[in-house]
Amino acid sequence: MNPLAIIGRAFLEFLAVVGRLVEFAANGVRHCFTPPFYIRQTAKQFLDIGYYSLPVVGLTTLFTGMVLALQSHTGFSRFDAETAIPTVVVLSITRELGPVMAGLMVAGRIGASIAAELGTMRVTEQIDALTTLSTNPFKYLIAPRLIAGTLMLPLLVLVGDVVGVFGGFLVSVYELNFNAANYVSQTWQYLERSDVTSGLWKAAAFGFVITLMGCYHGFNSKGGAQGVGKATTNAVVSASILILFANYMLTGLFFAGK
Amino acid sequence: MTDVPKIELRGVTKSFDDKHVLRGMDLKVARGESVVIIGGSGTGKSVTLKCILGLLRPDDGAIKIDGQDTTRLRGAQLDAHQAKFGMLFQGGALFDSLPVWRNVAFKVAQQPGVSRKEAKRIAVDVLASVGLSPDVGDIHPAELSGGMQKRVALARAIAAKPEIIFFDEPTTGLDPIMADVINELIVKCVREVGATAISITHDMASARKIADRIAMLYEGRIIWQGSKKEIDNSGNPYVDQFIHGRAEGPIKMQVRKL
Ligand SMILES: Nc1ncnc2c1ncn2[C@@H]1O[C@H](COP(=O)(O)OP(=O)(O)OP(=O)(O)O)[C@@H](O)[C@H]1O
Ligand SMILES: [Mg+2]
Repeated sequence: MNPLAIIGRAFLEFLAVVGRLVEFAANGVRHCFTPPFYIRQTAKQFLDIGYYSLPVVGLTTLFTGMVLALQSHTGFSRFDAETAIPTVVVLSITRELGPVMAGLMVAGRIGASIAAELGTMRVTEQIDALTTLSTNPFKYLIAPRLIAGTLMLPLLVLVGDVVGVFGGFLVSVYELNFNAANYVSQTWQYLERSDVTSGLWKAAAFGFVITLMGCYHGFNSKGGAQGVGKATTNAVVSASILILFANYMLTGLFFAGK
Repeated sequence: MTDVPKIELRGVTKSFDDKHVLRGMDLKVARGESVVIIGGSGTGKSVTLKCILGLLRPDDGAIKIDGQDTTRLRGAQLDAHQAKFGMLFQGGALFDSLPVWRNVAFKVAQQPGVSRKEAKRIAVDVLASVGLSPDVGDIHPAELSGGMQKRVALARAIAAKPEIIFFDEPTTGLDPIMADVINELIVKCVREVGATAISITHDMASARKIADRIAMLYEGRIIWQGSKKEIDNSGNPYVDQFIHGRAEGPIKMQVRKL
């Protein structure tokens, strides 16, 4: 077969997927803003996505902050710049590692569970049943998840930021013999509000991407248990890749905006 | 106006990839009439119902409800179209995240001015009409037997008193006595509420009981239809083979002898 034809077909296939995804996302967002709103469903998602992800996000950022302090000590002690450690820890956590680590962990936890739940509902015709009961599945299933993901991820990351900085503090004070009061004041010294807010914007974008991928793959799954399994894998993989991609794009954007 | 059929299918075709399921299906159902569709497994009976409901889009042909073509509806018009129906899915399609009573009252509870208490009362009433006690209402569908799930699904389909009701194999998996109770319930829905009904069944006793008219689907078309009295001397060898359940006849099963 003509190799150009193969490349062309793959490219067209890719465009078709992107088109379907954009249409799905636009539909989902539209239903977030048009009544009826399912408050109960949305509240349940807030709990699932936000509250129950706290332990995972907390542990991840705690260890990230701890290892960050150790590793930057290794580097900075080579040219007597240990005093920069508090600043490095807080900037890395708030600008970068907090949102990305939390995003990837939540992608595994929430992206998978959304895809599995919606996928099962699809293959057992529960989504069709919703339609026959005068309920728009986009409003009942997808909008609550998109809203909860986009709003809860920034909150999770805010908590994660605090925990991560605390992890760096613990290691610096108990392992690297920093003075506790100095460490805290140095943490604040060079921190700007934009460091935190840029991280929270990222988190909101990641929350949207995670829930969107879970919903998209679950909603369009077919073919029984195997199809649901495939949807789950695809949701997690695509969400993770999109998080890393969006992270670079957003960082570039914030960087250019400085 | 009275002679406009409630439901009219004309030349409906539907294929999945290269599998041609419906190949020009014609069917008329008058207002308040109960039609039973019979036909072999996999001939497209469930697909027919899903096309009428707008859950699947036919490739060609017209599906008219009250004289209005519905195959090209979108958005709010599609929602309004689908609100006219109640459907008992072949596999039940109960929401496994909700207790039984909230399944049954799902549509009723969304109507304005219906309190939770009122919705529950309606659910308990409808459950009683399918022979289930009020305490069944508080458990989850996964804890019910197959026959009980079927009856809950039936209760959900009729609870909101829709204009048009579809029953996909309402008596499969029920004991003969309960099957007859369900048959009577279906007859009652049609007679008393004045609903228009299409049922699918393999159970000829049930078909004779609930049908005003019986139609046989074979190879994507209605090959015979007539009143239930005519079915025993239809003069159609396909119908004869089907209602008497003979392995030998014009309908060839794709099996290889052991
Ligand atoms: N979503 C789908 N995608 C692909 N093929 C489908 C789909 N839905 C149904 N089919 C195919 O269409 C054909 C008809 O299916 P349908 O469910 O309507 O059968 P049926 O007449 O209801 O059979 P049964 O009596 O066993 O329920 C089957 O061969 C099935 O494989
Ligand atoms: Mg079927």
